[in-house]
Amino acid sequence: MAQARSLAEAAVGDDLPTLETKPIARHDLALYCGGSGDHNPLHTDSDFAKQAGLPDVIAHGMLSFAYLGRMLTDWADARQLKGVHVRFVSMTQIGAPVVCSGEVTARSADTITVSIKAQQGGRDTIAGEAVFGLG
Amino acid sequence: MIDRKLIGKKMPSRGVQVERGQARLFCKAIGETNPIYIDESAARAAGYEGLPTPPTFAFALNMLAEPANANFFAELGVNYARVLHGEQGFEYHAPIMVGDSITFDGEIADIYDKKNGALEFVVTKTTGRNQRGVKVVTLTSVAAVRN
Repeated sequence: MAQARSLAEAAVGDDLPTLETKPIARHDLALYCGGSGDHNPLHTDSDFAKQAGLPDVIAHGMLSFAYLGRMLTDWADARQLKGVHVRFVSMTQIGAPVVCSGEVTARSADTITVSIKAQQGGRDTIAGEAVFGLG
Repeated sequence: MIDRKLIGKKMPSRGVQVERGQARLFCKAIGETNPIYIDESAARAAGYEGLPTPPTFAFALNMLAEPANANFFAELGVNYARVLHGEQGFEYHAPIMVGDSITFDGEIADIYDKKNGALEFVVTKTTGRNQRGVKVVTLTSVAAVRN
């Protein structure tokens, strides 16, 4: 795929610069619990997670969405981001990095559409689409 | 089955101050290093009138707004333990800045099911306006309920 260009010059097929996090740690989830106001113990209390039938705590889906947000506004001016919509496809586990990627899928006179996804170990965790305005 | 008559039901208005410390902790938690969200002089140099907040912070603000929405699913007759966050969307109308005061107004936009009711979906649409009454964000959330 083509080298990612700036928003103004982006063409269909361009890849955005990928963003790869460190392996997700319990501490990251504790920070996000406080930072986001999402205090669901499924993300911070392994005893609670086990009682709920999970092997361990899982990451907040919205934390990975925030990583996608970082990728989007590292690439283009945040004021040009008009909308973003994602589906949470699978659970995000601790101990592995999250890899965010995006590809320009459409360009009109006044918008750029980017297909985005977050993955862990090649498995999709989030898939969606972002729309930027031009000008 | 969730009562389809609830489609269109409006939630009470909720409000939240966009506190600098909360925004800073959010940035730390998500590993945000873009200076426009962290360094006010960098934000001003980029043309902002103060510190903007990262795009998904609007969801956190909606969770932090008071009075809390804690009983939302109970009021629908749904056990929260069976609820998954299926989809999330944002439409951005204007930046949300540190120091803003945001009022959220939400309503149930749709309720539908798949697999003969084994999965039900509750779509909520929430609009955020700042202290000047300017619409800043529209959030669309899809909750999936496993019956």
